Formats: sequence, structure tokens, C-alpha cells
Amino acid sequence: MELVKPDHLQELITSFANKDVYIHLETTNGSYAAHFNESVFNAGAFIRNIVIKFELGKVAGDSPHRIGLKLPSGWIYAQGITHYKLDEHGRLLMAGLDAEGKLAVALEISETPFTY
Amino acid sequence: MIKKERHVLVVFPHPDDEAFGVSGTISSYRDMGVPVTYACLTLGEMGRNLGNPPFANRETLPQIRKEELKKACEAMGLDDLRMMGFRDKTVEFEDDEKMVKLIEDLIEETNPSLVITFYPGLAVHPDHDATARAVVRAVRRMPETERPTLYTLAFANNTVEVLGKPDVVHDISANADKKIATLKAHASQTVWMMKEMEIKLAAQDPDALKWLNFEHFYTYQWDKDFE
Repeated sequence: MELVKPDHLQELITSFANKDVYIHLETTNGSYAAHFNESVFNAGAFIRNIVIKFELGKVAGDSPHRIGLKLPSGWIYAQGITHYKLDEHGRLLMAGLDAEGKLAVALEISETPFTY
Repeated sequence: MIKKERHVLVVFPHPDDEAFGVSGTISSYRDMGVPVTYACLTLGEMGRNLGNPPFANRETLPQIRKEELKKACEAMGLDDLRMMGFRDKTVEFEDDEKMVKLIEDLIEETNPSLVITFYPGLAVHPDHDATARAVVRAVRRMPETERPTLYTLAFANNTVEVLGKPDVVHDISANADKKIATLKAHASQTVWMMKEMEIKLAAQDPDALKWLNFEHFYTYQWDKDFE
């Protein structure tokens, strides 16, 4: 993955619009967050291999970016995206990595299912 | 002094769970000719450490960690690794009875005299606790006289309040080099930590030496069962 180039990422996101696509969306602060600091409220969410179709996808803001997908009757968005890659399987992988290189958020879009 | 066993079954959910607190013990058993089976439930697919600049992404991390796990087993001299195919952070959401059956099958096949896992409820990560629950339940269902000994790892912040001090301490200093090699094999998870640790070890830092050379376990007490 490399740092987001907003114009290029915008093109890639748009290339998945109006198609059935598989989504991976994840936010996390790590399973050990409240162990190392008991004042941390540990929260996160994870979905994988959910099929959706979005009509409009946008890259917003300066880095870290926000990515929003408008669905016919709903929304998906991710905040904090810093890195991206179109991998060898044609999947668009986006991630938000903190200064230490730890993943805080991931949004991935693919025309084929992700592994288990 | 590490007691000789007939067969040791180690059950953890993540590649590297074995490295920190058990790899010296595993190497010691292998030196004694004791067969060791390691059932690793997931490939640590949800690991957060991808580097910045990143060396991996969400989709490539499992393959990297799988190779690291195999190298770690080589470093410990362990030749019976079972990768059980679950997904990181989902173990607690699997059917409880299915998980117990999985452990029962492993026990029936390997007939261990000792099983090593986490202590349920005192192992911090939900996968650790879920794995521990399945193991304890599977062993509990065996007739008392046939049960293998159960060594557990606990490291929640309130562990000493609940369990006191660990009753089993293994001096694994003779295998410290293998333990370091095992930790280093899990490079995606440990490379930064090991850089710091090696500086401390070179300086003979007493806490670092203790961390390296001694492994601690709580023998599971059936009269103080967790449920």
C-alpha cells in the first residue's frame, strides 16, 4: 500500500460504482487497548464479504481522508484512510495506519469475494 | 526441572501466542523426546501491525503469518502443527459445543498427558478466553482419573488477585536461544519489540533476563473451576 493520491483513489472508487461488489469494513483499536490502558473504551466494528451496490463514491478531506459510498437506500463510510492499493486481484484495499503502522480502519472493495 | 510427559497438546488461537510464554517449554519437551502437538486456531488475520510504510495489508497478512508460524515451529523443534482455519477475533462467536468437540477430538487423537492453553477469563484477548473455555470444558468432560494435567497462562491485570502466583515455573535458560529464534520468526509481530529486548538482554537487564529464562503456568484447579 502507498499513501493516498486522492485523484487516483477517486478514479478507482468510481470504477466500482453501480456494480455488485463485496465489502470489507473494519474499525479497531486493538484487543489489548483496555489492557494496556484501563481508561480506554474499546470499540470497533467489522463486516466482511457483504455484497452492496453503490451509486456514488467520494474521497473527502485532506489526509487522513474520509471515504463515503452512497447506496440506493443507505450509506457506508470510513474515516482515517491514509493508504491504498489496487492489488493483483483487482481489489481496492484502503487502510488507515497510525504513526506506528498499526491499522485503525480498513475499507476494501472487490468484485470477487474476499477469503473467509 | 521440567517433568517428562507422554505427549503435550498446546492450544492457542494466534500465531505468536506460543512464542512469548511457552516456546522455551516446548523446546525443552522436544529435547526430552516428548511429542508436542500445537493446534493454532487462526492465522492472526486481524493483526494491526502493518508497518508505516506498510509491509503488508489486510489481505496479505494471513499468508505472511502462516509462514512465520511454520518457521517458529521449526525453531522450537515442533513437527506437529495443526492450523485449524478459524478467523482471528471470531472464536468466541463460534458455536460453543463445536469448539468443545474440536478440542475433544484433538485430545482423543493425541492422548496428551499435559495440555497447555490460556486461563479462561484472565487471558485479555476474547480469542484467548474462548479458546481456554473450550479446552477446560473438553477436559472437564473426561473421567477425573483420565484427565491430562492442564497448564494455563494468565496475564490479565488482576491475575495475581484472582489466582495468586503461578505454581509451575520452568527454567528454560538452556533453550533461551530457541525462544529468541521463535520470537524472531514472528517478525511481523515482534521485530520492534525484539530490537528493544535484545538491547536489554545485552545489558543483562534483570527483568529482561527473567522474562526470557522463566516460563510460568497455573495448573488448572478443578475445585476452583471457572464455571
